[in-house]
Amino acid sequence: MTRRYVMEFERPLAELETKLEELRRLDLAQNPELVHEVDELTAEIERLRESTYGTLSAWEKVQVSRHPDRPKTQDYIETLCTDVIELHGDRAFGDDEAIVAALATIGGVRTVVLGHRKGKDTRENIKRNFGMVHPEGFRKAIRAMHLAERFGLPIVTFIDTPGAYPGIEAEERGQAWAIAEALSVLSGVQVPVVCVGIGEGGSGGALAIGFGDRLIMLENSYYSVISPEACASILHKDAGKAAEMAGCLALTAEDLVELGIVDEVVPEPLGGAHRDPGAVMSAVRERVLGALGALAAAEPAAIAERRYERLRRIGVIAGDVG
Amino acid sequence: MSISDWFKARESRRYTALDGDALARAEVPDGVWTKCSACKKIVYDGQLVENVRVCPHCGHHFAMCAAERVDLLADPGTFAEFDSRVSSADPLGFTGAKPYVESLDAAREQCAMPEAVVCGRAEIASHPVVLGVMDFRFIGASMGSAVGEKITRAFETAIAERRAVVLVTSSGGARMQEGMLSLMQMAKTAAAARRLAEERLPYVSVLANPTMGGVTASFAVLADVIFAEPGALVGFAGPRVIEQTIKQHLPKGFQSAEYLLDHGMVDDVVPRGQLTARVGLVLDYLAGGERR
Repeated sequence: MTRRYVMEFERPLAELETKLEELRRLDLAQNPELVHEVDELTAEIERLRESTYGTLSAWEKVQVSRHPDRPKTQDYIETLCTDVIELHGDRAFGDDEAIVAALATIGGVRTVVLGHRKGKDTRENIKRNFGMVHPEGFRKAIRAMHLAERFGLPIVTFIDTPGAYPGIEAEERGQAWAIAEALSVLSGVQVPVVCVGIGEGGSGGALAIGFGDRLIMLENSYYSVISPEACASILHKDAGKAAEMAGCLALTAEDLVELGIVDEVVPEPLGGAHRDPGAVMSAVRERVLGALGALAAAEPAAIAERRYERLRRIGVIAGDVG
Repeated sequence: MSISDWFKARESRRYTALDGDALARAEVPDGVWTKCSACKKIVYDGQLVENVRVCPHCGHHFAMCAAERVDLLADPGTFAEFDSRVSSADPLGFTGAKPYVESLDAAREQCAMPEAVVCGRAEIASHPVVLGVMDFRFIGASMGSAVGEKITRAFETAIAERRAVVLVTSSGGARMQEGMLSLMQMAKTAAAARRLAEERLPYVSVLANPTMGGVTASFAVLADVIFAEPGALVGFAGPRVIEQTIKQHLPKGFQSAEYLLDHGMVDDVVPRGQLTARVGLVLDYLAGGERR
């Protein structure tokens, strides 16, 4: 078996699995006493698998959402889309590979696809800045949003970023300005916007392409105002409290359905989407097409109006109503 | 105790609402002085109030509370607060190092206001406006549901009554204690600002020290004209976060108002003493038709 990435919470299970493999490599015919042991270990692994993956905590889900083998935006585009024409660059500064914009067809529907783009390996990740977007990336997305609106193409977005990049150049080129502009444009485009949370939903960098008329999230993806680690280091001065903070922030897909922010949750196979990417991606395809179909008939102005009303309802306040 | 019970209990204690002339202000006793954090010289508080909280020695701009901001900008006697009782709940039952409800309670006691932003109808240079001012003392004037709601209503009120919007921002960013409800306020306020723009009503923002994170990256920089106060720290990511990411010290003056001016991000850096006149003049240009 090839070496695979092991998440912190699945380590005990991984150790047993390694042990089982070692046992199986031995010649059981020559060691009949081991047969029983193999059976027992197999049963034990089955039990542990259930208890490890059955109900994941918020922090465990965050880890699954960051799994390097988890299907990424480019996997969804390659698998679900045909006739793809990528649109590079912001026409002002450069092309940010941390975000992809493309004309793409999903199940016969012509769309503009936007997505955060993480890499599959270190080399790719360095090129794509681990999915952390610079201002020119958001400006590329804005350009594509305008294009979608002018030609009546619905927008489909894939959310998967640790956050907007916190760096000197990003600040110099107006990171906040670029995000604010993306929010403004996305709130007003008169075409359907369907968003899918496929991995990490890190703060403003995620939100810039992460809200619309329908928000679908994978079961083990997260969407949060701040990363659990940063929250822990600000409030507790201790990043070690990240697990606890993940629980407090209500950042899982399930939590966000309750808060009225997420519309639907796509179930993942036991252990996470990386265990069966094909099944997860085809489930996403169905959900996206369902959402696009439901939104297709609406008048352009009515779409934007309904999106505003949708945003308008989000929030819990005290002290005054009306 | 449920959230609503808790809030009722708080209500019964009665906060001093910022309303017209009844604005809560700190009394300034004679002979009290402050050491300027920039030039280290002694400034008498009376002098500081007189000088709109700008150090008379070096020009350092001290923080201003919401009431002082209103006094500075609104034509005398014209400010009438609305939505004064909109305030934060604790929808997530959030407990960090201390429970969110305790932080809210402490902020309400300290600032004598129910939430981090004060909005109202006012006139500036005789133009009818909606004026909103943020008070950094209140949990870093971070934006949760209540701040987002008040800012959104400020834009909506302006649209309904054909007023310009003037906002003075100062904020640490999104209020993490309300999780995603806070993050979504960025989209909500940005959407409301867009509607104002579509109505061709002017929006002037004044970025005060500090304006960071989710407030900068939403309504604060979507204005038609953006002014910043001298020395104000304005940006998306905080300097500490950036230093930790890039493992380097930041250049001097990084993210200051003057630095942003150099990089083309704000229309001008305006000393506080000239601010009201400048905002009024912008409104003369942009809101000419709406002048009373």
